[in-house]
Amino acid sequence: MLGRTANGLFWMFRYLERAENTARLLEAALRMALTRDLETAEAEWRSVIATLGLRGAYQAAHTGYDGLAVWNFVLRGPSNPGNVRAMFGAVRANARIARTNISSDVWEAVNDNWMKLDALLARPVGQMAVGEVLGAIRRSGTQVHGAFDGSMLRDEGYHFARAGTFIERKDSTARILDMKYFLLLPSLSYVGSSLDTGQWEQVLRSVAGARVYSWLNAGQIEARGIVEFLVLDDRFPRSLAFCRNALRECLAALARTHGTEGQCHVLMRKADASLSQLTVDQIFEAGLHEYLVDALSRNAAIARAIAQDYRFHS
Amino acid sequence: MSAGGSNFDEMFDGDGRTRPAYAEYCRWFDAQPGDWLRRKNREADDSFRRTGITFNVYGENEAEERLIPFDMVPRIITAAEWRKVSRGIEQRVRALNSFLYDLYHRQEIVRAGRLPERLLRNNSAWLANMVGFTPPGGIYTHIVGIDLVRTGPDEFFVLEDNARTPSGVSYMLENRETMMGMFPDLFSRIAVDSVSNYPRRLARSLAACVPPAFTGGKPTVAVLTPGTYNSAYFEHAFLADQMGAELVEGSDLRVVEGRVQMRTTSGYKPIDVLYRRVDDDYLDPLSFNPTSALGVPGIMDVYRSGGITIANAPGTGVADDKAIYSFMPEIVEFYTGERPLLPNVQTWRCADKASLAYVLDNLAELVVKEVHGSGGYGMLIGPTSSKREIAAFREKLIARPSNYIAQPTLALSTCPIYTRAGLAPRHVDLRPFVLVSPEGIDITPGGLTRVALQKGSLVVNSSQGGGTKDTWVLKD
Repeated sequence: MLGRTANGLFWMFRYLERAENTARLLEAALRMALTRDLETAEAEWRSVIATLGLRGAYQAAHTGYDGLAVWNFVLRGPSNPGNVRAMFGAVRANARIARTNISSDVWEAVNDNWMKLDALLARPVGQMAVGEVLGAIRRSGTQVHGAFDGSMLRDEGYHFARAGTFIERKDSTARILDMKYFLLLPSLSYVGSSLDTGQWEQVLRSVAGARVYSWLNAGQIEARGIVEFLVLDDRFPRSLAFCRNALRECLAALARTHGTEGQCHVLMRKADASLSQLTVDQIFEAGLHEYLVDALSRNAAIARAIAQDYRFHS
Repeated sequence: MSAGGSNFDEMFDGDGRTRPAYAEYCRWFDAQPGDWLRRKNREADDSFRRTGITFNVYGENEAEERLIPFDMVPRIITAAEWRKVSRGIEQRVRALNSFLYDLYHRQEIVRAGRLPERLLRNNSAWLANMVGFTPPGGIYTHIVGIDLVRTGPDEFFVLEDNARTPSGVSYMLENRETMMGMFPDLFSRIAVDSVSNYPRRLARSLAACVPPAFTGGKPTVAVLTPGTYNSAYFEHAFLADQMGAELVEGSDLRVVEGRVQMRTTSGYKPIDVLYRRVDDDYLDPLSFNPTSALGVPGIMDVYRSGGITIANAPGTGVADDKAIYSFMPEIVEFYTGERPLLPNVQTWRCADKASLAYVLDNLAELVVKEVHGSGGYGMLIGPTSSKREIAAFREKLIARPSNYIAQPTLALSTCPIYTRAGLAPRHVDLRPFVLVSPEGIDITPGGLTRVALQKGSLVVNSSQGGGTKDTWVLKD
């Protein structure tokens, strides 16, 4: 397969994942804003912008943090080049580049959803429409993944696409957790203390883990349990451990196809060696923030190594 | 319903009777409820949009994608008509290849005084790099599109030869897929010759032209596209996909160890046959346009030393020239020793003083085209142009007469399209697709029918608002 095509598949699924995660983050914030007082709501919208790394761009265009302004900025803001509409444009542009290596089912799912979302996001998204729009973005991801699972040949292209998915997902879960942790748990002494359970539920909701978490923990919401769940529970498909396992499988499959390993495999092994035995207590001891920053930078390094090892660029 | 007027309508004769080719179709059509047909018509558009069968329009917003309108009434050709047409096409394509070989070798046709030498000298598509070189298998035009128009029951004319990089074959294939999806019962009632193995035949035809450097095994075939912003990108991706070939851009390619190689995830791999959809000018910045980023530096050297097959061969555009076109009857005779089976449209070469005078006197009745133009750009259609447009064109013509040819406005045949008010006749042309390899000449039954959607319009080009139809060749 061409390096450029592999790059197209990788980024097609990174952008798809990013669009979906962004929609989840907004959905969670929207719910929060509807159920809480004005001050909490504003803080929530502020944290959405911060989590997405858009503070500078947002503040250049807006003064206050109200929902309508934030979600329009994130979804379609012209001064925000990384808006969701543009993300979906990038999903489709990359799908066109990789057109000969994706099935017609996948292409049609991408193209269909792009047409729908591009039309939905062509005009400002009002209070009444935002729920529907966010749902449509999430469902787009589900549909593309469904078509992908059901119709794609399991060759290297499949593994590049999945590597993109899990690199992006891991990045997103780590960022959300880091941001919330920073806001909600300013000092270590808070661990185990009684918390604003609504805020923590919010973290879970942003990664679609609220229901499953409370099912596993009989409704008990506490920081330690949530961090353990999102970082270490390899049964939950958005946890860091799950993403790392999935990424390891993709890389192993690529090594099998190519008959050789690259720098990305070295980095993956290093990450495994230092992370696989960690307990949640050790993580808290050394500092969750430090742990997450380290995880983010390892993740980015593996992504760069994949691009290099498999000649994404000339 | 009758087409009326003096045009030949392919579905109905002058008395409004259905012609035999369309008898079964019309019986079917008349039995379908009107609102069901209307719904189907809308469905067709949705289906094209979903599959992403689009093209980009030059000069419009960057990357704007449009659909080529599809008309759901098929254009039907009988087996007997097709046999005759395809014999004529085969003869013409054979002559084209001999002609190109001769032009780049001994130029017997010029020596024999049958073609003026200046036509080559002034031909911007002429490539000095090709002189004395014989492409692998001796094939210049691996893929040809011959544009035909019809004026009567037995009258087909060649309007244009596309020996450079004919496009549109993906529409031929997708139109058929769409028709079979929408009207499966039609295809069980009427035996229509299949077009769907075109990509397989193309792959085989390209693989039959491996270069001397080919090392055995399965030849590596790649399609070279200018990129996703090109108007025909969909087609490039479609063909690569259907052939199981790689879709490459210039940035993927590099000359390594005397071969053109593509950057794969496991290193550089040599390409044997390159089906390029990039014009000659952009193919090799070392040999042609030095600013081109679409091609491969050094590919012409590799080509000339037998390291790669380029399809179509560089320099074939010479034959697309409309001044050369006007000599095609002589060219066919010179190389085949036969009378041309398919006639040319009468053509005045404005480079000739007498012809120019005639053309200037009759501008309002003629179609005037640029010698190197394509896609319906830069032409004048006298009968549908205003006095001002004609006057403006007259000045261009006087300034550079050798840049133009003129043809009579033909009474192009019509074929009905589906409109909300029922069937309505519109002008059509036909582009059959021809594959040439050392194994022979292979013509896909039918081709792409382009249709002018505006009543009375003669312009069928998609860039000018034309549409397409599925083209059926009936089985005997």
